[in-house]
Amino acid sequence: MKKSLILLAGIIFPVVGWTAGGTIFPNDDISINWDNKQAMQRGAALFTNYCLSCHSAAYSRYNRVGQDLGISDELMKQNLIFTTNKYGEQTKVGSLMKTTMTTEYAEAAFGTAPPDLSLVARSRGTHWLYNYLRGFYLDETRPMGVNNGVFPAVGMPHVLADLEGLKKVKKEMQDDGHGGQHEVIVGFEQVTKGSMSTEEYDQAVKDLVAFLDYLAEPYKETRQNVGTGVLIFLFFFLILTYLLKKEYWKDIH
Amino acid sequence: MSSDGIDKSRRRFLTAATTVVGGAGVVAVAVPFLASWNPSARARSAGAPVEADISKLEAGQQIIVKWQGKPVWIVRRDEEALASLPKIEPELRDPASDESIQPAYTKNQHRSIKPEYLVVVGICTHLGCSPTYRPEITADWMGGFFCPCHGSKFDFAARVYKGVPAPTNLVIPPHKFVAENVVLIGEDGEA
Amino acid sequence: MSKDNNLLGWIDARFPLSKMWEDHLSKYYAPKNFNFWYFFGSLALLVLVLQIVTGIFLTMQYKPDGATAFASVEYIMRDVDWGWLLRYMHSTGASAFFIVVYLHMFRGLMYGSYQKPRELLWLFGMLIFLALMAEAFMGYLLPWGQMSYWGAQVIISLFGAIPVIGDDITLWIRGDFVISDATLNRFFALHVIAVPLILVMLVVMHVLALHEVGSNNPDGVEIKKNKDENGIPLDGIPFHPYYSVKDIVGVVVFLILFSIVVFFMPEMNGYFLEHANFEPANPFKTPPHIAPVWYFTPFYAILRAVPDKLMGVIGMFSAIIVLFLLPWFDRGKVHSIRYRSTAFKGLLVMFVISFVALGYLGAIPATETRTWFARLFTLGYFSYFFGLWFISKNENTKPVPERVTS
Repeated sequence: MKKSLILLAGIIFPVVGWTAGGTIFPNDDISINWDNKQAMQRGAALFTNYCLSCHSAAYSRYNRVGQDLGISDELMKQNLIFTTNKYGEQTKVGSLMKTTMTTEYAEAAFGTAPPDLSLVARSRGTHWLYNYLRGFYLDETRPMGVNNGVFPAVGMPHVLADLEGLKKVKKEMQDDGHGGQHEVIVGFEQVTKGSMSTEEYDQAVKDLVAFLDYLAEPYKETRQNVGTGVLIFLFFFLILTYLLKKEYWKDIH
Repeated sequence: MSSDGIDKSRRRFLTAATTVVGGAGVVAVAVPFLASWNPSARARSAGAPVEADISKLEAGQQIIVKWQGKPVWIVRRDEEALASLPKIEPELRDPASDESIQPAYTKNQHRSIKPEYLVVVGICTHLGCSPTYRPEITADWMGGFFCPCHGSKFDFAARVYKGVPAPTNLVIPPHKFVAENVVLIGEDGEA
Repeated sequence: MSKDNNLLGWIDARFPLSKMWEDHLSKYYAPKNFNFWYFFGSLALLVLVLQIVTGIFLTMQYKPDGATAFASVEYIMRDVDWGWLLRYMHSTGASAFFIVVYLHMFRGLMYGSYQKPRELLWLFGMLIFLALMAEAFMGYLLPWGQMSYWGAQVIISLFGAIPVIGDDITLWIRGDFVISDATLNRFFALHVIAVPLILVMLVVMHVLALHEVGSNNPDGVEIKKNKDENGIPLDGIPFHPYYSVKDIVGVVVFLILFSIVVFFMPEMNGYFLEHANFEPANPFKTPPHIAPVWYFTPFYAILRAVPDKLMGVIGMFSAIIVLFLLPWFDRGKVHSIRYRSTAFKGLLVMFVISFVALGYLGAIPATETRTWFARLFTLGYFSYFFGLWFISKNENTKPVPERVTS
């Protein structure tokens, strides 16, 4: 029932605000299965290994992630917490997931501070993230040596390059529908190999996006479970109040 | 509007049922509102067990660590202080700590795991002030803790004297020694 | 039993408890022919209570400070027990408030509930609508996301269109050279104290005015004209228990729809919570597409349709002012759409289409074609009022029954 309701709302109210703009490449769909906690765990490992070096998830706590995804505090400390405090002690498991990179350092290195990623799946959407992380290609004109088919002139380096390898871009001129022509990306060509095949990398990115989707609204499952209970109660209450109304209104008709 | 043919008992039943079910609904709605006053994840995280290194603590000294936002004292008692504990018992209200709050493993005369080290929550059981440590022994003071707010007095084991406002001994938090010189406060591995 | 009576008697001698109960509930006689459209008044009251209660609890955790506001909202959502529910109820409640109020106002248009003797009742209602818009606008700044920030930036800049003093006024409203911590703090004060107080007082006056003149009904006839020997309207029934039990059914249906949104689609695909608002406010970067929340988009579309800054602002405020003046635009004597002319029905259909279309156009990015459509529908919006003034003088109405029809 939940899914059909959400689908129905999607038809009546087309999504606003995510201006995807038709010219992004790649542009593949992703569906996220919230029941697959293993995928989210793998995504969490990727996230803490790669993303958390520069980005933070400063509204989220390690132990909450552990509780929700079925990772014990001990495993969390051993495998997923890489940051330390100023005395070199490991960050506590109840702490917020902050990066140790300072804003000043980040601004000097990248020109702008890397944004917090706690809510990125809600501000950008999972579709955008899935394609963005697969959209890096070589471009010598950029300071980091790479550009992106989803986020042109991106400031971020291709952090996952050791997994994916590096790609070249293929571009073509296409009609823009107003009589002019403009250049669009039509494909990628692998230049150097990474440690993963294309399929493995796509799956890894899917896991990472699934984790980011979780991270943006960790209470989503609770919300839907409570909602089901509330609706069952209200339907029952509706029958009762309707009978009561009918009983009293016998006086009038 | 006619009153003929009204099924009074049905009407009464439906009214009562709607009231009861609606009332239950209102109570259920109140739960999230009241629960939002519970300590949040941030408060719980700040209240997580804390470790204290006591290797540099000398006899007679006191250190204060923060646990759940409260001051927790760790006092290393010297021979003289330990020797005063049995002598002072006639002047105490609860010398065996029967009415006071402490983990079972500290319900003894020195109220601690190791006799030397006292670990205690530094909040007066009277009205919540934080007493001060007065180790110097004089003619009319056997050493211990004194609460400036309302004059409550405690001995070196944080046991309360007779005739002062505080009703019970100071609270001992759950704690354990995780290493020779490291105390973990807030967790004792028993719960 | 007698003890209760004694206690009640003791209170009644000192405070008009029983009298108030009778005047406003058990002996307030409402027409017996209320239909679907008459649920929205009591629902608006319900949503007001809901917003006040959830708002109070959110205030306990929220920080009205530019540096911490955004994080404190996420703190409520993640770290506070059930905080997500309180926040989603409040954010969904804001949209629900406008849905309910717009339907309530449309009911008034349909059945002539603004006509004599209910002009003042309508004016109080319009003031409530105005206060509600201010309340919603200021509340939307508080999460301190990108849309909060830039939405407020755009709306406050509207005041800059005022000749001569405009720039000084915008500076004064912001309390800084841009939207800043100072703006956030004063909007917080207005949102949680000042405007809610005004709202509650206006609602009390709205209800008092209603109970003074009595409720209109889908037939638009005055039930007070036909009374029995006890002075009770023949077509009236006590509000309590008849409409209290009926309104509860409406409340439960409303709560079902409300819960579906709160628990299963709190963002409502970006209509209730905009995606860009999940990024903290950044004074150096405007989101690619700024739109106000859906309930302001009809007026925003009118603003954008006019190619001149000052005239656009005047157009937008006029759209609200004409609503205030509606009782005097309508010169007709017949209240209900059931007995009014085809011309009236046509005008009302045109008005509704224009309003909805403007709402849609205001939510999406403007293009040249869309702007022309917005102009067309702006014309449609205002034509309703002037058309009504024109046709209602000598309207070809159907005979109005003496008593309400069931």
